[in-house]
Amino acid sequence: MEILPLILHIIVMAVVTYLVRMVPLAIFRKKITNRFIRSFLHYIPYAVLAAMTFPAILQSTASPISAAIGLGVAVVSACFDLGLLPVALLSCAAVFVTEFFL
Amino acid sequence: MNEYWKGFRDGLPIGLGYFSVSMAFGMAAVQSGMPIWAAVAISMSNMTSAGQFAGLTVILAAGSYLENALTQLIINLRYALMSISLSQKLKEGVRPFERLIMAFGNTDEIFALASGQKGAITPAYFYGLMTLPWLCWSGGTLAGASASALLPAAILSAFGIAIYGMFVAIVIPAMKKSLAVIGVVAVAVALSCAFEWLPLINRLSDGFCIIICACLAAVFGAVVRPVED
Repeated sequence: MEILPLILHIIVMAVVTYLVRMVPLAIFRKKITNRFIRSFLHYIPYAVLAAMTFPAILQSTASPISAAIGLGVAVVSACFDLGLLPVALLSCAAVFVTEFFL
Repeated sequence: MNEYWKGFRDGLPIGLGYFSVSMAFGMAAVQSGMPIWAAVAISMSNMTSAGQFAGLTVILAAGSYLENALTQLIINLRYALMSISLSQKLKEGVRPFERLIMAFGNTDEIFALASGQKGAITPAYFYGLMTLPWLCWSGGTLAGASASALLPAAILSAFGIAIYGMFVAIVIPAMKKSLAVIGVVAVAVALSCAFEWLPLINRLSDGFCIIICACLAAVFGAVVRPVED
């Protein structure tokens, strides 16, 4: 991995992420009134997370089978509103146990 | 100073959660060939889970700077909404440079905790709230990146799913409350599968796939079920 492009990538990421947080906080004082834009912004986090999760999650562990079981455990435990950390750890545990038997 | 320490204490549970997820980020980064310093530098300067994992994907795929910038913009667009909302909750007379500092720490969890506070938010409270999560996010990345060479493959494989477990934990409760969110998630997943498996379009890079899938799914939601005023 070359160092200069890597540093530039890190700077690009940091600057864009910061600007997205900073510009509205520094400038916007009034509520956005455009209903379409507000609706779009309302749904975008779920759309992003869903698109990032599936099917990429199937390649996140040593085997698609353990990943699928980890996903199942995450979905079920999330249905019980266990919170971010418990759901993530249960999912890891399910993968660990499954791969032990594979 | 009291306000600072109150925020500092309130930030502890967020910090604990961040430590484990950023360990997963550190491990993933080093496993894929990124040097430790770079993983830690990303966490110190970005402090955002989804954006960092996506950025890692773009860098590893030798994507362009524009692609990485667009990926960050789309994935982190939600922060713009949170910052707008936070700006409505600030105490009167917060100075511009204080807003510049607070903006850096406006993550999903810190924002959620700050919004839940009674009354207006002071910069001192928010600085306190940012402190432990930032330290834990950076420290967890360092710990995960350093430990990855020592840990057995089975542990590394299990931790690989951690970030996705967290994503699921954010999306599922919202799906339980809203049919529209279920529709948006279904569209996003269907498109994302299409970009993975259909010939021709599966050659498009991951960063742009996420942007296209997410934007189309969110537009679908905004058209089918616009939010109430």
